[in-house]
Amino acid sequence: MKGNKKMIALGIYFILLFLPIYWMLNMSLRSNADILSTLTLYPADPTLKNYIKIFTDSDWYSGFINSIIYVTMNTMISLTVALPAAYAFSRYSFLGDKQIFFWLLTNRMAPAAVFVLPFFELYSAIGLIDTYLAVALAQCLFNVPLAVWILEGFMSGVPREIDETAFIDGYSLPRFFVTIFIPLIRAGVGVTAFFCFMFSWVELLFARTLTVTSAKPIGAVMTRTISATGLDWGLMAAAGVLTIVPGALVIWFVRNYMAKGFALGRV
Amino acid sequence: MGKWENNKAWFLVVPVLVFVAFSAIIPLMTVVNYSVQDILAPGQTVFVGTEWFKKVVHDYRLHDALWRQFLFSGLVLLIEMPLGILIALAMPKKGWGVSFSLVVLALPLLIPWNTIGSIWIIFTRPDIGLFGAAINKLGIPFDHTRTALDAWITLMLMEVWHWTPLVALLAYAGLRAIPEMYYQAAKIDGASAWSTFFYIQLPKMRGVLTIALLLRFMDSFLIYAEPFVLTGGGPGDATTFLSIYLVKIATGQFDVGPAAAFSLIYFLIVLLLCFVFYQVLQNVGKGAKV
Repeated sequence: MKGNKKMIALGIYFILLFLPIYWMLNMSLRSNADILSTLTLYPADPTLKNYIKIFTDSDWYSGFINSIIYVTMNTMISLTVALPAAYAFSRYSFLGDKQIFFWLLTNRMAPAAVFVLPFFELYSAIGLIDTYLAVALAQCLFNVPLAVWILEGFMSGVPREIDETAFIDGYSLPRFFVTIFIPLIRAGVGVTAFFCFMFSWVELLFARTLTVTSAKPIGAVMTRTISATGLDWGLMAAAGVLTIVPGALVIWFVRNYMAKGFALGRV
Repeated sequence: MGKWENNKAWFLVVPVLVFVAFSAIIPLMTVVNYSVQDILAPGQTVFVGTEWFKKVVHDYRLHDALWRQFLFSGLVLLIEMPLGILIALAMPKKGWGVSFSLVVLALPLLIPWNTIGSIWIIFTRPDIGLFGAAINKLGIPFDHTRTALDAWITLMLMEVWHWTPLVALLAYAGLRAIPEMYYQAAKIDGASAWSTFFYIQLPKMRGVLTIALLLRFMDSFLIYAEPFVLTGGGPGDATTFLSIYLVKIATGQFDVGPAAAFSLIYFLIVLLLCFVFYQVLQNVGKGAKV
C-alpha cells in the first residue's frame, strides 16, 4: 500500500517532468506557422521537415559532431585527473589540503560574463582558438573541481579498512586503486561522468567564445534559428530534441553503475 | 579515524592543479586589472583605485537585484533539496524502473540553457502553450510578460523542473552507495523508516547532499540564460537578477571597469556564502555521526 502511493507520486512527478519535453517534441514535428497559430495537444499535420533540415545541412550536423568531440575530450580529461586527486583528498592529510579542496570549487563561482574576454585573449595567445582542445581545456575549469568533489564524496564513503587490508595483502597503490578501489566506487564514477558530460554539453559561453567555425558547438548553431523574420521555433525544438539524445545514451550506459552502488561482498 | 599524514599525496593533486590553474589564474588577474583601471582608449589606461568598487557598492539597482537574487536562490534551495531527496527515496531500487527513472530524470538537464528558455516561452504562452492555456482554462488569468508574480512563478517552475533532477540523481547515487549491511542492522534493531532515514541515510548522504546544495546555490545565484530568454529581466525589473544586471552594465555601457568590479564583488558573495554552507554542513554531519 505504502509502496503503491510512492509509485503513484513518482509517476505524477515524471508526467509533470515530461510535459515540457513533450511540448518540445510536439513543436519539433510542426511547421513554424502552425506552432504560432494554433494550440494542439498533438501535431495535427506532423512533418519531419525540421529534422531533415538538421540532418542534411552540414552546419547543423557538424555542430553536433563538434559538441560531441569536445564534450568527450573534456569528460575524459576531467575523470582522469580527478580520480587520483579525489583519492588524495579522501585518504591523506597534507599541507594545504582543505584550502586547495575548497579553492577548487571556487572556480565555479565567478560570474562568467566578464571573464569571457580574458579567456579569449589567453587562448588566442597560445594559438588554440577554434579548436576542440580549447573548449575541452577551458571547461575543465568548472568540470574538474566538480569531478573531484563528487568523487571525493563517494570515496570517503568507503571504509579505510579496505585500503589497509589490500596494502597488507601486498597490493601497490596504483594496482589497488585500479583493480579494487575504482570498481568499488563505480556508482560515483558513473555519476561523475554523467555530470561532466552534462555540464560540458549545455555550457555555451566558453564553447561559443573560443570557437569560430571549425569547432562550433551545436548550441551556437542553434542561435541561427533567429532570423530577420523571427525565431524558427520548430527547427529550434527539433534541435533541442536531438541535443537530449547523446546525454541520454550516456546515462543509459552508466545506469547500472549508478543503480548497483556499493558491493562490499566483492572484495 | 584520522587521515594518513602524507605530503606525497600532493603528487596526486598536481595534475588537477595544472588543469584548473591554467584557466583560472590569468583570467582572474585580468579581471582584477580591469576593475582598478579606466580604459580611455585602446592601450591608454588610467589607474583609478577603488573608484569602480565605490560606484558599484552605491548602485541602488544592484541592491535590488541582490535581494531578488537572495530570494530566488533561497526559494530554489528550499524547494529543490527536499523534493530531490524525496524523489530519490521513492525511486525503484531494481528492475526496469531504475533505468527508466534515471533516463527520464536526466532529460531536462541535457537541453542547452537558452533552448530551455525558448521552449518555456511557448509552453507558457496563454494562447498557444500547454501550460499557459491550461492555467487560463482554470479561470486564473496568467501572463508572465505582464505580471511580476506570474513571471516569478514561471521562472521558479522552470528552475524546479530543470534542476531538481540534479539533486535527485546525486541523492539517488548516494543512497545506492550505502552498504546493505547498514539496512540489515537497522532492521534487526527494529528501526522505523523515519529513524533509518534520519540516522543512516541522511548522514551517509551528507557528502553528495553537500555537493548538491553548493551546486544548486552557486548555479542558481549565477543564473543567466534561462531568465534572460524567458523574461528578459522583466516585467520592469521584476526578474532582473544579478547576472542579467551585470551583463546590462558590461554590454550596455561598454564599461569594463565597473562590470569587472561588480563581477569581483559578486564572486566574493558567492564564495563567502558557499564557505558558510560548507562549514555548517561539515559540522552538522559530524554531530550526527556516531
